[in-house]
Amino acid sequence: MLIELKDVNKTYNNGQPLHVLKGIDLSIDRGEFVSIMGASGSGKSTLLNILGILDNYDTGEYYIDGRLIKGLTERQAADYRNRMIGFIFQSFNLIGFKTAVENVELPLFYQGVSRHKRHEMAMEYLERLGLTDWAGHYPNEMSGGQKQRVAIARALITNPKIILADEPTGALDSKTSEEVMQLLTQLNREEKVTIIVVTHESGVANCTDKIIHIKDGIIGQIEDNRRHQSSVFGTSTIMK
Amino acid sequence: MRFDVDSFREIADSLVRNKSRSLLTGFGVFWGIFMLLFLMGGGQGLKQLIMSNFEGFATNTGILISSQTTVPYKGFKEGRYWRLSYTDVDRLRLMMPELETVTPVINTGGREAVYGTGTTSVSVRGIYANYHKIEEPKIRYGRYLNETDILQERKVCVIGKRIYKELFPDGGDPCGKFIRVGPVYYQIVGVDFSSGNISIGGRADQTVFIPLPLAQKIYNRGSNVDIICTAAYSGIRMSDLEPRMRQIIAKQHAFDPADKQAMVIINTEQMFALVDNLFKGVNFLIWLVGLGTILAGVIGVSNIMMVTVRERTTEIGIRRAIGATPRDILSQIILESIALTLVAGSFGIVFAVQLLRLMETVVRLNPDNPPADFQIGFWLAVAAALLLTLLGVVAGLAPASRAMAIKPVDAMRDE
Repeated sequence: MLIELKDVNKTYNNGQPLHVLKGIDLSIDRGEFVSIMGASGSGKSTLLNILGILDNYDTGEYYIDGRLIKGLTERQAADYRNRMIGFIFQSFNLIGFKTAVENVELPLFYQGVSRHKRHEMAMEYLERLGLTDWAGHYPNEMSGGQKQRVAIARALITNPKIILADEPTGALDSKTSEEVMQLLTQLNREEKVTIIVVTHESGVANCTDKIIHIKDGIIGQIEDNRRHQSSVFGTSTIMK
Repeated sequence: MRFDVDSFREIADSLVRNKSRSLLTGFGVFWGIFMLLFLMGGGQGLKQLIMSNFEGFATNTGILISSQTTVPYKGFKEGRYWRLSYTDVDRLRLMMPELETVTPVINTGGREAVYGTGTTSVSVRGIYANYHKIEEPKIRYGRYLNETDILQERKVCVIGKRIYKELFPDGGDPCGKFIRVGPVYYQIVGVDFSSGNISIGGRADQTVFIPLPLAQKIYNRGSNVDIICTAAYSGIRMSDLEPRMRQIIAKQHAFDPADKQAMVIINTEQMFALVDNLFKGVNFLIWLVGLGTILAGVIGVSNIMMVTVRERTTEIGIRRAIGATPRDILSQIILESIALTLVAGSFGIVFAVQLLRLMETVVRLNPDNPPADFQIGFWLAVAAALLLTLLGVVAGLAPASRAMAIKPVDAMRDE
């Protein structure tokens, strides 16, 4: 198993203790294309933060590729995030004063890859995503879809074990959303990238092979969706 | 800490992105370092200008001048005039072995020196050959008055720089030529180019020095002298000798030794100390003002970095999410802070150096001004640059610690 969570609990102590994750058990295998669905307040963001080593959990165990992720120093956490996880955010989270190619280079900069090498690699990834012409452009000169593709390139460039996508289509129109989901699907199919998508849109979830429903801090139902028939709004498109 | 050309480009980028803000913030630091260095250089130059007034003057000199008594003493009423005499010179020599030199001087002012068709107003000073131990001459041509001149009462003279310039506008060695002062012709034996402004009875550059016995006879001075110059051996403070000198002279001339105004003693040691203390005070102010201004500038930098960090919460969060360690963030913020202070400060250093150079040039435009060194030293500039770097680090500490506290989750929260 690539990802294994065993009885993971998380409580926020902001004034009133809030028990957000109440014993999550979850395993995701290499090459899976999974979505995590849940209403707001269900704990899916917290789960995502823990999966992305952005947040700590209180009890339980979390393994990535057999490595226990617990009690890490900031430095180790940063290193693991850098090497094992690629993030795709709802609001793209590109750095506004850096060009597309500079944004894609950034994770390699923090790995200490040489300037020349990382530029070369960033250009290669941009080319794969059809953005060669946009390499020198700043994020505010690009459309939402282009920005998200730059973000995907940035997530892929370190060759991570997992891609974590947090509402990847949240800020996109339905047509672009579809393109982005197709792109993710293609990455999963052709390059066997493990992708976890967190969303509340059933249409987006329907594109994935497995839908994990989370409700009130516990895993509800794990739906096998290899036939992509789960969307109540129809299977052919992503409804907005 | 990861570090390459891009790190520097990034720092430059982020400073340039907020041009006016960086400019305004940097100005505080610029002005601070400029003030400090400029004032330091200016103070040093000023001190040298003022010190040059004492040029050629022994630092351990006491000059005795007789004046009016202010208290009644031994049956004499107050307000009595008395005069120093040759016997006082001998008495001081005999009774004060601490004094290396005791030499009397006779001054007469408002005379006119004539050479050919040229005239110039001069004062005449009768001296002994050892007067050079009190006021160091800078002999350009010829020699100073010597013992033989004094003994034989030769009608020879040493003239000051300005007299030489006025009477011999074509330059050249005037020695052997005769100038007339009043009714008497003197043969020039030397030209003194010293330019000190401290002098008793006229500036040295407008003075004709002649043998003292000669002056005594020509100007009917009898056994009286105008002033007695004394210089103590090195290591002995003139101030310590003053009371005994007063005792000796007062006893002879029957005035109250406590009556300080009856005899003026100009103590160069005290004057030097005065100027020295003055500039110590000035220096203290310079440091206070300069460092205060720099500090204000640095606090400005720190403040603006604080704002920057707040503005860039999302960006820092993203960096953290994709693998920047807290140390990466720390070094980024501190380097930005250093860059801002160092760049602004370097301009301040350059500006101060240029302005000091200009001042030096202006001062040298007037050839009468003594040479003064306004420029700050190279190592002082280097030290200033190091100080700026240090201050940059200090300014960056608080904002950097705030930046380090930013969690990657904050990037996603800030939508």
